[in-house]
Amino acid sequence: MRETTGARVFRVVTIVVLSLFTIFPLWVMVTSSVKPLGEVLDSFTWWPKNITLQPYIDIWNTVPLAQYFVNSLIVCTAATGISLVIAVLAAYAVSRWRFHGRNVFTTTVLSTQMFPGILFLLPLFLIFINITQATGIPLIGTRLGLIITYLTFVLPFAIWMLAGYFDGIPRELDEAAKVDGTGSMGALWHVLLPAARPGLVAVGIYSFMTSWGELLFASVLTNGPTQTLAIGLQQYSTQVNVYWNQIMAASLVVSVPIVIAFLLLQRSFVAGLTAGAVK
Amino acid sequence: MSAIAPAHTSPESATGSGAPRRPPRRRGRAGWWLPYLLLLPAVVFELLVHIFPMVTGIWISFIKLTQQYLRNWSEAPFLGFGNYRVVVDVNGVVGKGLLNSFLITCAFTLLVVAISWVAGMAAAVALQRRFPGRGIFRTLFLIPYAIPIYAGIIAWKFMLQKDTGALNHLLFDTLHLPGEKPFWLIGGNAFWSLVIVAIWRLWPFAFLMLMAGLQSVPEDLYEASAVDGAKPFRQWRSITLPMLRPVNVVLVLVMFLWTFNDFNTPFVLFGKTAQPPAGDLISFHIYNASFLTFNFGYGSAMSVLLLIFLLIVTIAYLLFVNRRSKRA
Repeated sequence: MRETTGARVFRVVTIVVLSLFTIFPLWVMVTSSVKPLGEVLDSFTWWPKNITLQPYIDIWNTVPLAQYFVNSLIVCTAATGISLVIAVLAAYAVSRWRFHGRNVFTTTVLSTQMFPGILFLLPLFLIFINITQATGIPLIGTRLGLIITYLTFVLPFAIWMLAGYFDGIPRELDEAAKVDGTGSMGALWHVLLPAARPGLVAVGIYSFMTSWGELLFASVLTNGPTQTLAIGLQQYSTQVNVYWNQIMAASLVVSVPIVIAFLLLQRSFVAGLTAGAVK
Repeated sequence: MSAIAPAHTSPESATGSGAPRRPPRRRGRAGWWLPYLLLLPAVVFELLVHIFPMVTGIWISFIKLTQQYLRNWSEAPFLGFGNYRVVVDVNGVVGKGLLNSFLITCAFTLLVVAISWVAGMAAAVALQRRFPGRGIFRTLFLIPYAIPIYAGIIAWKFMLQKDTGALNHLLFDTLHLPGEKPFWLIGGNAFWSLVIVAIWRLWPFAFLMLMAGLQSVPEDLYEASAVDGAKPFRQWRSITLPMLRPVNVVLVLVMFLWTFNDFNTPFVLFGKTAQPPAGDLISFHIYNASFLTFNFGYGSAMSVLLLIFLLIVTIAYLLFVNRRSKRA
């Protein structure tokens, strides 16, 4: 099919405009991260006059970035792992059985997804204070408290998406496994989970990414040694000077692993996200 | 809430492939309890992180929960609708602030969702046909979505600085626009800064969803209509758009909810201390109302009102969408 001139112009203009818009901040990030401090505090220049890698060394000393990295890693991995396990079990039940309360459950899960995070923040904050008072388990300013709150937004999405994904896998597959005597859990483990791998990957990436970027809960529920990257990064600008070059370097350092992971797995992600659409 | 159920947004029903096949009923047979057991952890966590906090939140909105009662909030006096009366009183300071924030958020959401959708659709269509380098652009366009939220916004914050920022440099030093370099993060421009940054982050998501949706549109539909002499725009109107409808129904709703509840963009752009009134989005407003003054009663009342508003909009939207699809 030939492309008309109009369509061609549209295509080129769209791609050029959106590429420039997308690249602009990325360019500023990369070039500013290799400028000396004096240069980023002066008028902006498109190219660095002097290139230095010093900001990439300094970021680890200006604020305890490594500590924040570890905190983020622990919190995000735990939230992702816990939600995957719980969601797999729940999605299996919702997808393969029809039982009393099934609709109530799915409706609740779906509707909690749309609730604003701020609605849960205040009560969770208060509940945590009171749990700590009653039991002595510290939940404010700890990673445990943050992991629990991250389940508020990770879990419903995981259940919703995995249930949709399981629905797309023919029932005959796991029924056959059950006939072979593996039992219900065996069918889940040996048949459904391997078949749903793209869905699991997609849910995992999505959960990890959203936790990695979360600010609202982290800003209230963490302090000093338990802060995550999202909060820690703000500290470069509360110093005497705003270390813009270090902020850009640190932003790149915390972004690169997750961007690479996402881009490598994007096919699985798209396939999982639109399990129904592409079928 | 059950009103949402018929049109719920699972990929299954959203893509129009019909209702999922009903699994056969298991009751009465051995192992009928198994699904409940499987569901148990999820139910426990749902209760812990959603239901219980939500009920608590609604209850807090009816009591006088100020700093002095934080640690023994069972003793906080009951106010009935007292908190609500204050936060909706547009003549008072609190109510006026909330109304201002609500209107700004509406304008912000409308602009961001509309422009992001148009950009995402344009990019998805532009990359629909194979050409050398297509993969590179696809990857590039997804980067703003993959990058951690705060990292992208911090880069923009640097670019929006008045004297050292890249945006003013681009506009006034490179493109030589007339006039003075303006402040972007203070005053009225703060609103436009929010809009631009939010679009930068959101449009790749629209692109991702629409691109995935386009994969399911059969190529021969276009071939056939081209034979009939349909121009590209006409093809988009009568083939692409209707085929993408199921994706769009979900996409627009999700983008609306995310944007309306956006907290990260103003929080990172403006910080805790300096909030320009023009950039006072509602989640940010509630956050500040709660944690700067520690009046959780007001904050909760505002959150509940926000929730009610979102529920009404969502239900109205789904009803509208369902009625249209029945007529079609």
